[in-house]
Amino acid sequence: MTEQFASKSAAAIDRAKSEGRAALVGYLPAGYPTVRESIEAGIALARNGADLIEIGIPYSDPVMDGPVIQAATTEAISNGFRVADVFDVVAGITAATDAAVLVMTYWNPVMRMGVDEFSRRLAEAGGAGLITPDLIPDEASEWFEASDKYGLDRVFLVAPSSTPERLDMTVKASRGFVYAVSIMGVTGTRTSVSSSAEDVVARAHAAGAERVCVGLGVSNPDHVREIAAYADGVIVGTALVAALRDGGVDAVGQLTKNLSAGLGRAAAEA
Amino acid sequence: MVDAPTAGSEENAADAFLQGGPSLRNASGPYFGSYGGRWMPESLIAALDEVQDTFEKAKADPDFIAQLKDLNKNYSGRPSLLTEAKRFSEHAGGARIFLKREDLNHTGSHKINNVLGQALLAKRMGKTRVIAETGAGQHGVASATAAALLGLECVVYMGAEDCRRQALNVARMQLLGATVVPVTNGSQTLKDAINDALRDWVSNVEHTHYLLGTAAGAHPFPAMVRYFHEVIGEEARGQILEQTGKLPDAICACIGGGSNAIGLFHAFLDDASVKIYGFEAGGEGVETGRHAAAISLGRPGVLHGARSYLMQDEDGQTIESHSISAGLDYPSVGPEHSYLADIGRVTYEAVTDTEAMDAFSLLCRTEGIIPAIESSHALAGAIKIGQRLTAGKETPSDVSVIVNLSGRGDKDVETAAAWFNMLDEEGHVKGTTLSTRKPKGPTDRTSEATADVNEDQK
Repeated sequence: MTEQFASKSAAAIDRAKSEGRAALVGYLPAGYPTVRESIEAGIALARNGADLIEIGIPYSDPVMDGPVIQAATTEAISNGFRVADVFDVVAGITAATDAAVLVMTYWNPVMRMGVDEFSRRLAEAGGAGLITPDLIPDEASEWFEASDKYGLDRVFLVAPSSTPERLDMTVKASRGFVYAVSIMGVTGTRTSVSSSAEDVVARAHAAGAERVCVGLGVSNPDHVREIAAYADGVIVGTALVAALRDGGVDAVGQLTKNLSAGLGRAAAEA
Repeated sequence: MVDAPTAGSEENAADAFLQGGPSLRNASGPYFGSYGGRWMPESLIAALDEVQDTFEKAKADPDFIAQLKDLNKNYSGRPSLLTEAKRFSEHAGGARIFLKREDLNHTGSHKINNVLGQALLAKRMGKTRVIAETGAGQHGVASATAAALLGLECVVYMGAEDCRRQALNVARMQLLGATVVPVTNGSQTLKDAINDALRDWVSNVEHTHYLLGTAAGAHPFPAMVRYFHEVIGEEARGQILEQTGKLPDAICACIGGGSNAIGLFHAFLDDASVKIYGFEAGGEGVETGRHAAAISLGRPGVLHGARSYLMQDEDGQTIESHSISAGLDYPSVGPEHSYLADIGRVTYEAVTDTEAMDAFSLLCRTEGIIPAIESSHALAGAIKIGQRLTAGKETPSDVSVIVNLSGRGDKDVETAAAWFNMLDEEGHVKGTTLSTRKPKGPTDRTSEATADVNEDQK
């Protein structure tokens, strides 16, 4: 991983590490149900134990997302969400909290705005970087340039199906952390965490990744506890979106508090 | 094409071609100029590599080529005819119009060419299940057919709106043993069916092959799907030389994702004297915004794994396309078409619903052939091109034009009946409800037999 400057995501994960625990990464879509409420929900995430926050950009064709996130992002778009609103959400959360705030986005909205323009505005809003579910390093030359220019983290994904060569290449291309997909599938809650997750994390570490966070299918404190035993961070998405849908901002805070209880390594080993 | 970022260099490519530069044939991907590539989740990259590797090896394997040829000949019924449409030609300025009869293939469209090839590859990869998306249902029917033939499980994703428009094809797929999953996300048409098929693939990739039905998507699909359809143009080129003694002045095809078109075009790309036309769905008219003319009015973006012309709003959100033809109702287009548009080798124009339906009716009445509404866009385009190319000519019959009749119109009879005002208020064909007799037929069994038809058959 390249570290020419201080990565905000790396710093947040390292802070958790210095406290003897894994980091908690929480996902919520921008503009769901409204821009204002998505800022409040993001702040609630941070105040209740999330170290990093992923703000998703609602997109018309989210092929990596399951029904819960699809429904939320579709609602955000029909409520009038515009892509540029994401910068207000990032700025709103970073102004109120210490959490590192990344944007998770499918690539076409970034291309449409212009990779440089998008990156400049994200950096101005205080964003830490981008998580790119449908952009692989092979196609990312513009993003390499812009992320270096504006000091943003590049979080690429690795999967159980990634070959050793691709894993190596993706780890080297990433900055901040590497996103390990726990399972072959799309976002959504699952009853158990796939055993392939531990293997992907081990392989990414072996390839030189200093920080690896695990996402997809993580929804309760037991999952968090299990993953925190071997990964540097645990990513929760669908469960938080469902909490926001069913119980509003307070429910997001409550769930985050519960999830963060599973973070300590000692707890995992007990 | 206003936004083409590298227009300068691509004009040079067109010049080079016209001056006898490098061949435009056999472009292998992943890139066609600045289009194509792999804008895909990492989870699927290994599967794409596997497909590519299997495809490259199969192409070089005489056994595979022989197997495919045998199926094309003895199962699909290839070569398909090249039929001169003499009475239809009178409406195209007198140019001689030739129809490449993909409608006569088994399952009734060009789609069978690609599915047989890909289903054989699926077997080679040891996959036991294929999934497919479908718009009009033609690709779904072809996939269900190939799966039945080769003993593969088959699941077809189809937009709920398209299930309604093409109910007959839903029944055909089910009769062939496939499971049809109606997709209720988004616009409930082809693009959303592809989204759900991709979600299925990423979850089941170990034993499942995604049998993508058009020359779009991530590498190697655009180059691979084209390869399996190249037989259309190769046959047509030989047939027109045999029938007229010369190359055609122009060739025409309809464009949704663009698989029938690229299959026809490929054999003629290096024949500089042959003008090539692709006809996109202009829907209610490009000025209304309700259309599917991605090249004519879109700008480059990424969707479903490829960079190509794309109908998108200022935010990069995909705009819903509109067309009377479910098979052309797609907001993007295969990346090789975007490249061929930019370098000027192929001209892309939009044809409205009305123009297409007029051509549909004309072919029925002048040639005794009911075309698919998709193919009717190419027929409508051919009328314009025929008139253009014969203008001021003393012997218009010197001009010859090939139209790819990519599919037959049986599936479109209901849509056409509604369009031509042949239905009563209840939706029945007028004059068909006068019988006073008790209905005949296997009425006792139908309720039972259809009850479970939507159940997952796994």
